[in-house]
Amino acid sequence: MADGPDVRAGRLSPAEYERNFADAHPPLTAQQAMVEAARCLFCYDAPCIEACPTGIDIPRFIRGIQTGNLRGAAETILEANIMGGTCARVCPTDVLCEGACVRLAEGKKPVEIGALQRHAVDWLFERGIQPFSRGAPTGERIAVVGAGPAGLACAHALARLGHEVVVFEKRAKAGGLNEYGIAAYKMVEDFAQREVAFILAIGGIELRTGIELGRDVTLSELRRDFAAVFLGLGLQGVHALGLEGERLSGVIDAVAYIERLRQAKDLATLPVGRRVVVIGGGNTAIDIAVQTKRLGAETVTIVYRRGPESMSATPHEQEWAKSNGVLIRHWARPVAIEGAQGHVRAVTFERTRLDGQGRLEGTGERFTLEADQLFKAIGQKLVPSAFNGTAELLDVEGGKIVVDAERRTTLDRVWAGGDCIASSVDLTVAAVEDGKLAAASIHRYLMGG
Amino acid sequence: MADLRCAIAGVKAPNPFWLASAPPTDKEYNVVRAFKAGWGGVVWKTLGEDPPVVNTSSRYGAVHYRGHRMMGFNNIELISDRPLDVNLQEIKKVKRDWPDRALLVSLMVPCTEDSWKRILKKVEETEADGVELNFGCPHGMSERGMGSAVGQVPEYIEMVVRWCKAATRMPVFVKLTPNVTNILAPARAAKAGGADAVSLINTINSVMGVDLDTMAPLPSVHGKGAHGGYCGPAVKPIALCMVGEIARDPECRGLPISGIGGIETWRDAAEFIAMGAGSIQVCTAAMHYGFKIVEDMISGLSNWMDSKGYRTLEDVRGRAVPNYVDWGQLDMNYVVKARIDQDKCIQCGLCHIACEDTSHQSIRAIKENGSRRYEVIEEECVGCNLCAHVCPVEGCISMVEIPTGLPYTTWAEDPRNPQRIAKAAE
Repeated sequence: MADGPDVRAGRLSPAEYERNFADAHPPLTAQQAMVEAARCLFCYDAPCIEACPTGIDIPRFIRGIQTGNLRGAAETILEANIMGGTCARVCPTDVLCEGACVRLAEGKKPVEIGALQRHAVDWLFERGIQPFSRGAPTGERIAVVGAGPAGLACAHALARLGHEVVVFEKRAKAGGLNEYGIAAYKMVEDFAQREVAFILAIGGIELRTGIELGRDVTLSELRRDFAAVFLGLGLQGVHALGLEGERLSGVIDAVAYIERLRQAKDLATLPVGRRVVVIGGGNTAIDIAVQTKRLGAETVTIVYRRGPESMSATPHEQEWAKSNGVLIRHWARPVAIEGAQGHVRAVTFERTRLDGQGRLEGTGERFTLEADQLFKAIGQKLVPSAFNGTAELLDVEGGKIVVDAERRTTLDRVWAGGDCIASSVDLTVAAVEDGKLAAASIHRYLMGG
Repeated sequence: MADLRCAIAGVKAPNPFWLASAPPTDKEYNVVRAFKAGWGGVVWKTLGEDPPVVNTSSRYGAVHYRGHRMMGFNNIELISDRPLDVNLQEIKKVKRDWPDRALLVSLMVPCTEDSWKRILKKVEETEADGVELNFGCPHGMSERGMGSAVGQVPEYIEMVVRWCKAATRMPVFVKLTPNVTNILAPARAAKAGGADAVSLINTINSVMGVDLDTMAPLPSVHGKGAHGGYCGPAVKPIALCMVGEIARDPECRGLPISGIGGIETWRDAAEFIAMGAGSIQVCTAAMHYGFKIVEDMISGLSNWMDSKGYRTLEDVRGRAVPNYVDWGQLDMNYVVKARIDQDKCIQCGLCHIACEDTSHQSIRAIKENGSRRYEVIEEECVGCNLCAHVCPVEGCISMVEIPTGLPYTTWAEDPRNPQRIAKAAE
């Protein structure tokens, strides 16, 4: 056993799993929410609204919390962002609304906008209140491909306007990354599914799961059968390291592992290495690192090829990883994966630096980290064959679908949004906005406006 | 170290911080705890005739403001509900054990001379330092012809004070109700009757809110609510005004004042003293935080006096009174304008929207490349102070005096006053 891989399931006691995967940021109590809400200055032309991709009227909803108008607060949020509940849990608020809070300019802590938003939306959900209803039927049918945040936001907005929507989803459940990709401790108690149910409850949205674009249905069929098509495909491909040894067992795609973790009925069934190495610098890298640590890995090391300021994981997320005992090593890139008996054993890195032109270069200096598991978290990519397998082509740039400001693709009657479009910033909140904008544009188009 | 000893109407205390007649001074146990904590004096909760009153369950109401508890407070409690003899025995014992502290006894009996004579004789035997006639309590007792029912009729005040002064050698303080149109009438009546001092304000008629589920006014007793007496930080401005009115009134000249109303800190106390109070009385703050607050009150007042070079309370007392004038004596040529310190500005925009929506449209909102800037339009600014008040950043907006070179001119003298012009034309 001395040199063999140490990968085991069930490293922890049931109580430890429960503790490690409980709500990372427990909700505010009513009293805490009142105190926090009182810190909002009710700014004029508030910078936080501008910093929110969906433009939630934040001072207004916080005032609702202050005055005990929780329903009004929740409606204000959901009106702008139907996934306000998820966004309250997963948004990098430190670089969005809270990062713009004027309290920071005052040298104080920003108002905890995310926590307050969660307070208001949870209040509504707990009471089963449905504030939205379908508009008068227009007779128009629209296809939405992908039941992630962009697709569901688009479908909901269209249903409100009276259109009929069919959502095609290749997986068994709707929710997209909310259901399959976000770290478990951010989305406890099956929140993604509760939110999906809330969104579908408006009526007029038919969800067809297990249907994959390009396999079960083609874009030309959708264009033939529906008045408009919205593509919220996400990114289904994974970048490769391009190293020998990448096919060794124990070299794992982080996204796939997180999906497995999110769907696991019992976390004790998930095998986790004693020594875990993660390659990448985004939120997926943070999420896989922290979750494997919390599954019982002894050491978890993230290795990133540039400095902390270049990581797409926010400073807050980087801190979160460190406070969970994850070591982040910067300025190194993988150059070799070593294996034994078909399983990863160690990863060798070369130190990096910027050359005179600001380009990354290797220094030639190397170090090796022992690894029982190596997670790749170096980004995902679009699989264009899904929609461009037919005669109709829509423009793709830098591996993503080109859209205009209204989220129209270059193909007539086809809109797109979420991670699959070129302007994407890989945030749930941005995907929701894409869906919202596309729905408005589709409606204008269909109504001849 | 400043000398905080106070003497008012012959009553001496090591400091001016007294507890007002209220639940905190209801019995020996509380009063001894207060004296141990450092309070300079107490006014024992109001004694009445036996049999003692009976109180309701559910007695206090409160206004909480944006997360701050008890900005305002009220009660529907009556006077002491303990037997008179028990109170008198405890008062005697406490005064004997704590001879250096001021101990006044608050009294409220039916409006007959005999009733007042009888109770004063009993209080005298306790060797208390004085009495305070409770003509202020606005709830409950007033329905029985006592408390503010007396305090709202200057003739009754004068009559009862006369009876009391004739019946006792003890200093007589008169506690006034603010539930009157003009506080000077009861104050002058007290003085005319021979009162040694006045204490004010007592609490203000109030309903703290309405329970929107039960439709009961608050605080409610079994679904019904009666008006109570309002106090706490919210009433301080009203109390300061009334204290100032009496302090500057020529007819009340020389009448000592024990200031009451929303006093929570040494700073509040200093303001009341500057407005003419010889001692101050506290209740709500003690009920909110306990007796320990007096420590900072004593040290804060002393340190402030040292920093200003005031040696005794008499050096401070009444200093603001000459500056408390009628509107007609203000300088019409004085000009201030808002100035925003751009380095301190946090771009909340509250100054702009307050001025734009509700005042003089004199703060411009400028947005360039996503950054915000708020600028005062000096020609439009009337110097109303609103922006400085709404600004959440201390010292960011200041009201700066713009020298006009014009002399101090009251409205009566102002050329813009049509009455004045008419007069000049005569």
